[in-house]
Amino acid sequence: MTWTPAIDNWIVATGVMAALACALPGNFLVLRRMSMMGDAITHAVLPGLAVAFLMTSSRGSVTMFVGAVLAGLLTTLFTQWVERFGRVDGNAAMGVVFTTLFAVGLILIVRSADHVDLDPSCVLYGSIEQAVLDTVRPFGIAMPRAFLTLLIVFAINAILFGVFYKEFKLSAFDPALATTLGINATVMHYLLMIVVAVTTVAAFEAVGSILVIAMLIVPPATARLLTDRLGVMILLSLVLGAASAGLGHVGAITVPSMIFPEVSDTTTAGVIAVVAGLLFVMALLLSPRHGVISRAVHRWQLNFHIVKQDVLGLVYRLEEHPGEHEQAVQRILQDAMDVRPMVSHWAIGRLVREGLLNRMGGDDVRLTETGREHATRLVRAHRLWETYLERHLDLPAGRLHPTAERFEHVTTETMAKRLADSTDRPAQDPHGRDIPR
Amino acid sequence: MSGTIQKPVIDNAKANVDVIATGQEHPEDSPLSVHDLTVAYHRKPVLWDIDLDLPDGKVIGIVGPNGAGKSTLLKACMDLIPRASGRVMVYGKPYKKQRQLVGYVPQRETVDWDFPVSALDVVTMGRYARIGWCWPVTRSHRAAAMTALDRVGLADFAHRQISQLSGGQQQRVFLARALTQEAQLYLMDEPFAAVDAATEQAIVRILHDLRDAGRTVVVVHHDLQTVPTYFDWVAMLNMRLVAVGPVDEVFTQVNLQKTYGGKLTLLDEAAYAVSREMRVKR
Repeated sequence: MTWTPAIDNWIVATGVMAALACALPGNFLVLRRMSMMGDAITHAVLPGLAVAFLMTSSRGSVTMFVGAVLAGLLTTLFTQWVERFGRVDGNAAMGVVFTTLFAVGLILIVRSADHVDLDPSCVLYGSIEQAVLDTVRPFGIAMPRAFLTLLIVFAINAILFGVFYKEFKLSAFDPALATTLGINATVMHYLLMIVVAVTTVAAFEAVGSILVIAMLIVPPATARLLTDRLGVMILLSLVLGAASAGLGHVGAITVPSMIFPEVSDTTTAGVIAVVAGLLFVMALLLSPRHGVISRAVHRWQLNFHIVKQDVLGLVYRLEEHPGEHEQAVQRILQDAMDVRPMVSHWAIGRLVREGLLNRMGGDDVRLTETGREHATRLVRAHRLWETYLERHLDLPAGRLHPTAERFEHVTTETMAKRLADSTDRPAQDPHGRDIPR
Repeated sequence: MSGTIQKPVIDNAKANVDVIATGQEHPEDSPLSVHDLTVAYHRKPVLWDIDLDLPDGKVIGIVGPNGAGKSTLLKACMDLIPRASGRVMVYGKPYKKQRQLVGYVPQRETVDWDFPVSALDVVTMGRYARIGWCWPVTRSHRAAAMTALDRVGLADFAHRQISQLSGGQQQRVFLARALTQEAQLYLMDEPFAAVDAATEQAIVRILHDLRDAGRTVVVVHHDLQTVPTYFDWVAMLNMRLVAVGPVDEVFTQVNLQKTYGGKLTLLDEAAYAVSREMRVKR
């Protein structure tokens, strides 16, 4: 499939604009843990649109938006009523309200389908490819009507969230405090719902009512994984949304023909949602702080650090008994340290490179000057802990070692000093071994 | 609406309520004056006919068993939940007109600590009313927030995301946020819940400092043992107001029995006995 600039550029531009407009309110839906409310509103605006259409028989934007706003507000109100009087939780209430409203909308549309060009499947999945063909000429520049609508909605959203940034932030974080400060959290809640309803309707034509969720929720959720700052999160969600829209369309016209030669392209809206989902998975894996991989690496580094310290301690203990350290490496590999031999080899290699161990040839390693300093601190901490635990906690001798083993890695200089003080600066540990200084 | 509420069945009639008579219905010098307050959830009363005039410049504890309506009382005073009846005056005027004078510390669990904001951001929120609608946060407001964080000993944690703070630190962030409001009257909902002993002492010191600076602090509290050392006045609540007044006068075994009824556990009673003993020794 070839790229036709006149059409494909506008498809990307429209998709990007839809993503930008959606991501702004989406951030606050995600943070207020109300993602399902976005889902509910996007579905429930359908009857609003249908009624507005049937009453005025026009697809004029203003009529549609009024219908959508009313439907959005009714969804929020109905959900609260069902929750309060039906004695069910919020999710169940939403489920009741939005499926009912959505079904009403579907029936209205299908019943009047003969003399109405409101297509149910188009409402569900959108058709960005068709939407860009319907152009308008504001200020003498030809552009798709959907693009212009989304541009206006994005501009309104940007101004709204820019001007009321701190009010939205506070009412999302702590509605009670917001209200006591004179920022009515309920009003802010309804304002957000109106914004969601309007944005949804604007994005409808391009991406449809189901995939609009992907634009509302997925980019902000991805951004949340990548940062701990609200401002940064909002900016990132815009970038991520725009990226999924751009990549989505490119993917829609290139990927299918790579896999199935007979297929030329697929639905752009669908691929946009898939790309957004893939970006989320990547963030989940790669995020610097919350990512699965970074956490695994961090844990591994911590374990490796402990293995290295254990090796140092072991070499120190071997050197206390001259004649045994010829097989130092063998002993390290055999010794209890619950790790694979390969990891022990790596640890030895790393310690040699760091100048803490010297290879003596054969299976022998010895501590360097610096290595000895490190090892002394560790062994001292270990033996002080054993003494401390024995004297103050009455632990049986067999239980001393494992506990001391865990504590020695986190013992600071000051802790060691306090340990020595509270054990009367002993010369030997409970097993009769010297405590080095 | 108040007519449809079933009257609670509780023995201690209104005659037992130990209110300090003021002669005036809503004295202007009273930071918080509550008259005829009734609050109900689903037609069941939670607070019944509360009358309360709190004195200026005191640290005042609100105690009572679980479900006594302690938090509800604070929230009803700030219009956070609807009142079935009653009036609330702050320094002689309706709460709505005096909002700026009231600082609020909600319970820690009421917010989502995973929210992507730093400790400093949260404290700055206390200045939002001062900053005004639509105006951005300026450097001077951030500096004020920093001073408050420093006062609760968290200056080093200003840029931490709030989920990385311990429970005690989170509670102190909330306290710092209230301090930046520079209010006259502070309403605090269980500021000592699940904090360590050191934090508790630090918070108490700040509450006493606020009082010494002429502010009034109202604290929902659980631990009976510390009532005499922490508070000047105490309000004892169990749906109705059982007693309110200086700790020395109203924090008595009789009132405790009335407040807690059969719910006063052996442990509570022992704690109360210890607190009495401590006060005699002091």
